[in-house]
Amino acid sequence: MALWTLFGLASGKATTSWPAADGADGQDGLLGMPRYDPQACREGCRECADVCPTHAIEASGGGLSVDYGRCVVCQLCTEACPTGAMAPSNDWAFGVRSREDLVWAKDVRQPTVAAGTEKRAFRRSLHVRHVDAGSCNGCESELQGLNNPFYNLHRLGIFFTPSPRFADLLLVTGPVTHAMLEPLRAAHDAMPEPRWVMAVGACAVSGGIPGGNYACGTGLEGVLPVDFYLPGCPPNPAAIIDALLIFLDRAPQRVRGGRIGG
Amino acid sequence: MLPFGPIRADVVESAEFMFFYVGEHIIHYQPRLFFKHRGMETRFEGCSPNQAVVVAERVSGVGSVAHALAYCEAVERAADCEAPLRARALRVLLAELERLYNHLHYLGHLCHTTTLKVGEAQGKLLEERAKQVNARLTGSRFLRSILVPGGLRRDLTPGKWLGETLEALRVEFVAYVDRLEASESHLDRLITTGPLPQRVAFDQGATGPVERASGLDRDLRRDHPYAHYAELPMTVTTLAEGDAYARSRVRVAEIEAAFALCQRVLLLLEPGEIRVDCVAPPFSEGLGWTEGPRGSLFYAVHVGADGKLARVKIKSPSFSNWRAFPFTVHDTNMMDYAINEASFGLTTAGCDR
Repeated sequence: MALWTLFGLASGKATTSWPAADGADGQDGLLGMPRYDPQACREGCRECADVCPTHAIEASGGGLSVDYGRCVVCQLCTEACPTGAMAPSNDWAFGVRSREDLVWAKDVRQPTVAAGTEKRAFRRSLHVRHVDAGSCNGCESELQGLNNPFYNLHRLGIFFTPSPRFADLLLVTGPVTHAMLEPLRAAHDAMPEPRWVMAVGACAVSGGIPGGNYACGTGLEGVLPVDFYLPGCPPNPAAIIDALLIFLDRAPQRVRGGRIGG
Repeated sequence: MLPFGPIRADVVESAEFMFFYVGEHIIHYQPRLFFKHRGMETRFEGCSPNQAVVVAERVSGVGSVAHALAYCEAVERAADCEAPLRARALRVLLAELERLYNHLHYLGHLCHTTTLKVGEAQGKLLEERAKQVNARLTGSRFLRSILVPGGLRRDLTPGKWLGETLEALRVEFVAYVDRLEASESHLDRLITTGPLPQRVAFDQGATGPVERASGLDRDLRRDHPYAHYAELPMTVTTLAEGDAYARSRVRVAEIEAAFALCQRVLLLLEPGEIRVDCVAPPFSEGLGWTEGPRGSLFYAVHVGADGKLARVKIKSPSFSNWRAFPFTVHDTNMMDYAINEASFGLTTAGCDR
């Protein structure tokens, strides 16, 4: 069809070179996880904890415990905070190997889970089977965006595959509704080894907004062995790419102790 | 009989479809939904009405504004308060920006099902541009974290860049549609595919572009205006054929109207308040509605004795349209199924809640 071929050729390249240094990640202005600065907290104040819809922030004893695995990026805490201890930020690249890395900690003592060598064969050729375990469709919308001309996931050697039999990575969204529990387990069982599991979005990491309801669980913990966690509500395509690259040991994990560069 | 799902072959939502077929011919079709039922209506119960807007935003991720706006209006009616003028105008802007990226997505997705590869790529690229506009304007690609009962949580200050970017996007979109209209192989798969007769559409409660493509001239923005729609010129496009092509053409017309509405709002935007106090008294109730990208959406809100939400009932557009959809699949063929489903533009999350 000459019409579209000529248009495509004349349009040139729409793909960003990100994550190469000069590339645009496409997320100008996008808000991410609220940044927590305990030094700025007012004594005894628990405004943010009271307003957090997923109890990501709990006031306990001396201070606050902040679990970014539960954060749905609603920004309510940044509005409630009187001092700016909870401040808005652009920190949306929050992919981690270990669930503990998402919990805010001043001094991170334990080492990050080391990158193994078993993924070397998959570095530039990873096949991903996505399973929707009851998401709101926000995560799916961003996952579908990965193959649009701007992000163009294929250039990184990462592909979505229709069958779990061909898949290396099971990428799960949603809090795992009771109805999706068996189909999800069946999809995981059908995957040949080596196989890994990634929890994408606050719902899959910790249950998110619906978590713990009569109809759904609290994410993948206890359901499947999880190898990678990406919170966000939903995580944008650049964050998903960032998480996949860290998972493949092609980029360093930057989040520790619940903050970038921690 | 082929039970297809709930895990399907692409990056799509989970739902099971029962096809009763012989070769290419689908004799009967039954979707089996609610695998994604998350109990979202229950999730509202016990919440503070003003904070629970973040729950409404996550009932249907790609309908965050539609849901949040219908919810806010329900609470505002329960509280007998009205959002200020600037907030109402900006609400229209947000609602139309949401319609834009959703409809652009469906145009691209329709090309995917007709295997028009460059058409799919371009549609998805235009959707991405729209989402990036959303992020730059509000900090959220899905326009979340802005709406609240009583108005907006913070002011939006759309600069000159917004009008210019939307106009550039519109020019690209017009060229895109021209190309689609000249692609006979694409149109051929859409014309007479999945026809929904007007009578069936009415009886089964079809809504949104689906009903308007089948001759039902209804649009909540014009018939029961909310936000600032009463003061804005509304063009509602209705077609008679009810096939996939008609649904696509209705969406194209709605995209054009959305661009016009956005520019109009930017022109008439004046400085002013963006939020008023909104306290829904105990035992109050309110009904809110919006015409979302997929159709009519209703929120009924009941406030309990303690001033917290006692019951929230949601009628989503996809819930209505999933009911109508099988009527276009019985006695058709397998090859047209995916195209027909894409032309309906349904979400499962909005239906299953």
